[in-house]
Amino acid sequence: MPPFTLPFEKPVVELEEKLRELRKFSEGHDIDVSAEIHKIEEKIRATRRKIYEDLTPWQQVQIARHPQRPYTRDYIATVMRDFVELHGDRVHADDQAVVGGFATIGAHRVMVIGTQKGRDTKSNLQCNFGCAYPEGYRKALRLMKLAAKFNVPVVTLIDTPGAYPGIQSEERHIAEAIAVNLREMFTFPVPMVVCVIGEGGSGGALGIGVGDRVLILQHSYYSVISPEGCAAILWKDRAYADRAAAALKLTAKDLLKLGLVDEIIPEPDGGAHADPAAAAAALAGAIGRTLDTLGKIPKAELLDARYAKFRAMGVFTEGA
Amino acid sequence: MALFGKKTNYATVKVRKRDIPDGLWVKCPSCGEMIYKNALAEALGVCPKCDHHFPLGREERIALLTEPGSFEEWDADLRSADALDFVGEASYAEKLEQNMRKTGQKDAVTCGGARIGPHAISLAVMDFSFLGASMGSVVGEKITRAIERGTARKLPVVVVCTSGGARMYEGMLSLMQMAKTSAAVARHAAAKLPYITVLTNPTTAGVMASYATLGDVILAEPNALIGFAGPRVIRETTQQELPPGFQKSEFLLQHGLLDMVLHRRDLKATLVGILSYMTGAPAATPASA
Ligand SMILES: [Zn+2]
Repeated sequence: MPPFTLPFEKPVVELEEKLRELRKFSEGHDIDVSAEIHKIEEKIRATRRKIYEDLTPWQQVQIARHPQRPYTRDYIATVMRDFVELHGDRVHADDQAVVGGFATIGAHRVMVIGTQKGRDTKSNLQCNFGCAYPEGYRKALRLMKLAAKFNVPVVTLIDTPGAYPGIQSEERHIAEAIAVNLREMFTFPVPMVVCVIGEGGSGGALGIGVGDRVLILQHSYYSVISPEGCAAILWKDRAYADRAAAALKLTAKDLLKLGLVDEIIPEPDGGAHADPAAAAAALAGAIGRTLDTLGKIPKAELLDARYAKFRAMGVFTEGA
Repeated sequence: MALFGKKTNYATVKVRKRDIPDGLWVKCPSCGEMIYKNALAEALGVCPKCDHHFPLGREERIALLTEPGSFEEWDADLRSADALDFVGEASYAEKLEQNMRKTGQKDAVTCGGARIGPHAISLAVMDFSFLGASMGSVVGEKITRAIERGTARKLPVVVVCTSGGARMYEGMLSLMQMAKTSAAVARHAAAKLPYITVLTNPTTAGVMASYATLGDVILAEPNALIGFAGPRVIRETTQQELPPGFQKSEFLLQHGLLDMVLHRRDLKATLVGILSYMTGAPAATPASA
């Protein structure tokens, strides 16, 4: 896949181009340009850091959707061992938008369940651009039940634009599938860790998003509606997506402030797509530490705390 | 109906009927019939000609379902807060103010204890007229409390649902109400208490993907729009023609989501009957019970 550049990443790409030219030049000539090269490398790092420090919420969304960003299967392949993939919802189909199975992360054996996007037309057709059908949520539920039966912690990886808004989704009751997951995820007496690794698209994300801890990779977003959808409704024009993204408070930082996520996992400079291995290591480290902590909590307390955590979400006033 | 014979004679009257919402007449959006407002109210908000079910306000719905004087409201003083400082076309604070003035209500749901036939229940009634009955923190909190009270007091819970979508002005706080309410349903279910939902036109989005579809029994009014995504979004995404009757009550009965589609006049008796099976209470009781 050719490298994909977001508009605001251009200054970095231009410097990288300059660096390549300089190196090529120095090969053909007997001139020492190492000082110059070093200077440009420094500048690339500084420019990248500057851009990524000052990202607008809309730019964050674009990074979360970056076509080179690591996906669920990439993380499973990079930092999880002995993956045993399991298939199907035992009712209708095996939704490729939801991947799941036993896996080992560090010292922990887990049931990993994640939404999966495609890299090209063929894989995107298979996994429906990461938008699950009802059978995807029912597959996830089946695997969570399986995990609970054998006392295996659950780790979910969220990266979806949303549940699929299609005719068959409605005919097979996508809303009911998500609702049942929400209810049941409060009943499994095993540690459950939720990680938003890219796009957290509304109910489709929340459908595998209830747990004891919610972690989020730094440049992910999690929102009740897509910025474009929000702009279409409130500004009557999808072009206002940048304003909607800001208004919705959908970035990792905003969500931490609102108490809706527990921890932000830092990404390498330039985002997870700039250094997928480093991003994967950071994710695995955070999951491992969280599972260490949750493993020490008695089962009964775990469910009460999970209830209390989501019970506390909401802002309102009461009294005259 | 002879009573309406006059309407074609006076163009001015026709205009007034159509344009003034507080007039004496309403036009049925389904069959076009002009209906005298008092007659409509007497018919429980159902068109006498074609059975179109008009939206029912919360007072009317509570009166329809509960024994006179039995409803005792809970949590009436909860108000939404503009936690995100949401700035769109209009600010959230302005929108709330507008809707409170328009409806005389603080948000889109009214909850309380009530009696329906012989059954003491926890009842929640959503009202579309307040911001499209979108689910924000107040709706989520009040529904959750109504279910929690049901669990604590060993009461069945009945929720009359309607919702046009998420409360975008509350961002992710809005989404998380789906988890919160579903958690409360999980505990109520674990206590083996009856939970019945009634879906009315329209019930969609986050409400639909949480407590609305978790009923032990799910009832619906006729021809109600019921679904997760809106029809326009589905048409735009799939570029497909939607099947006839798609996302309507009768379609969903056929596709196995609903237990019954009921005319409004049969709703209360049906609820009483089902609750009697679930609680083991006698089916028929004297009105004074
Ligand atoms: Zn009619």
